[in-house]
Amino acid sequence: MDAIQQRDAADEAASPVTAAPAAKPRFGVRFALGLLLPIALGIAWEIGVAKGYLQARLMPPPSRIFKTLYDLAITGELWVHIGATLARVFAGFALGTIFGTLIGAIAGASRISKDIIDPTLQGFRSVPSIAWVPLFILWLGIFEQSKVALIAVGCFFPVYLGVLGAISSVDRKTVEVGRMFRLSQFSLVRRILLPAILPAYVLSLRQGLGLGWMFVVAAEFMGASEGLGYLLTDGQQLGKADQIIAAILTFAVLGKITDGLLAAASKPFLTWQDAFAPKN
Amino acid sequence: MLNIQSVDKVYPNGTRALDRVGLNVEQGEIVAVVGGSGCGKSTLLRLAAGLDQATRGCIELDGEVISAPHECVGMIFQEPRLLPWLTVADNVGFGISHLPRAKREAIVGEVLLRVGLSDYAERWPRELSGGQAQRVAIARALAPRPKVLLLDEPFSALDAFTRASLHEHVLDLWRAFKPMLVLVTHDVEEAAYLADRVVVMRPRPGRISSVFDLDLKRPRDRYSPELEATKRRILNALDQSLRERTAGDELVPAAAI
Repeated sequence: MDAIQQRDAADEAASPVTAAPAAKPRFGVRFALGLLLPIALGIAWEIGVAKGYLQARLMPPPSRIFKTLYDLAITGELWVHIGATLARVFAGFALGTIFGTLIGAIAGASRISKDIIDPTLQGFRSVPSIAWVPLFILWLGIFEQSKVALIAVGCFFPVYLGVLGAISSVDRKTVEVGRMFRLSQFSLVRRILLPAILPAYVLSLRQGLGLGWMFVVAAEFMGASEGLGYLLTDGQQLGKADQIIAAILTFAVLGKITDGLLAAASKPFLTWQDAFAPKN
Repeated sequence: MLNIQSVDKVYPNGTRALDRVGLNVEQGEIVAVVGGSGCGKSTLLRLAAGLDQATRGCIELDGEVISAPHECVGMIFQEPRLLPWLTVADNVGFGISHLPRAKREAIVGEVLLRVGLSDYAERWPRELSGGQAQRVAIARALAPRPKVLLLDEPFSALDAFTRASLHEHVLDLWRAFKPMLVLVTHDVEEAAYLADRVVVMRPRPGRISSVFDLDLKRPRDRYSPELEATKRRILNALDQSLRERTAGDELVPAAAI
């Protein structure tokens, strides 16, 4: 037994855990580093306009943009637009995710179902999604339904592909472990397949959400009386560059926040992952 | 007793992996199967595990035909195959999830203690070294107290030092639970050190070419002259088995080996 313990001790010394973790800069420091470039650009821009190198009408300085944002916010207009856009993105994302997950799971369930479903969907996938717009308007009218439908189509494909790809890349060897312990079909799905596909699934959801934000702009270009996309077209028609940039900034912030929320919500389920925490 | 009764395995592509292979393993016996690559030794193990079906013949455990994974048969693969989303303790308890929680935790605690990893119960598999991971895999296979434990080259990916440590762990567990062990390996020293009986197989088609009963007392000395002599006898038989077939149909054996 002594010999075993000695050898085990050596084995433990070789364990990756015992290596001292590399020092990691604090979150605050990293956040400040990330702000450095945009702030420097903003200041340069501001100076450029003040000195007359840049045309304020087409290139409104950051101070003007923030003023515009502030005005939109205190009149309450901004929140109405944000609310309308968020509602569309979430409705479309939810629909696209539900169908993408369901159909992806069905297609991934067996070789036959994949052979039946996948070619058709791959065909549809090669249609640029914006090409559906006229049809959706004919079918669903020019109001909310057609917009949500377009966003749902945008979200559907990454989720569908993510689920299907994740299912077909589950390691046969891992499934064999389940078979060795005589898991029922249901337990095999619950205890092996679901956890195995979860990381890829979360990634595909985030991709879907990103496309949802892309498509909401296209949808709101179709004609909307409120929403951030409306702010864009309105700004173009009235020559208000500051309003356009304000809307773009809002898109950036909202996209980043929703993606961060999705990532944060999935994080507790993925702590086991090897690559989850990138080094420095 | 595990009876492998003259089994054939022909793969759909026509490869005859096993040809009339018969083998009996007694209660509490350690049998090592050695042979060159492609001799069907892993196929034989997969049949005994119930993961694949024999084309002809059958395998019985205490009179019961094995046609699917059986609760009394455990398997340890070449890779640890731990589930990365479960902690070490949950991995070990994976096969006994039907037991009540208290009982399950007691068993998990006991087998983890036996493989010397009690302090690692709450770790993730990614935090383990190769040897530790394989020890967890051994603990997982043993948790349901199988009568038969099948080992498919479980130490081949480890360095010599870790391998020797795992040999001791396996012998220790075997003394504690006395399962039948069937160990597939290409390491003749490993076979001679661990087994009561060594079965030598030859390839294409996979057949048993010779069987050695080892009358070596335990604990064995890896470097004793008796073990050396046994090793040499097995190596000779292995060599012989390869030459038999090259004399038959193979014209350029050097390139093939």
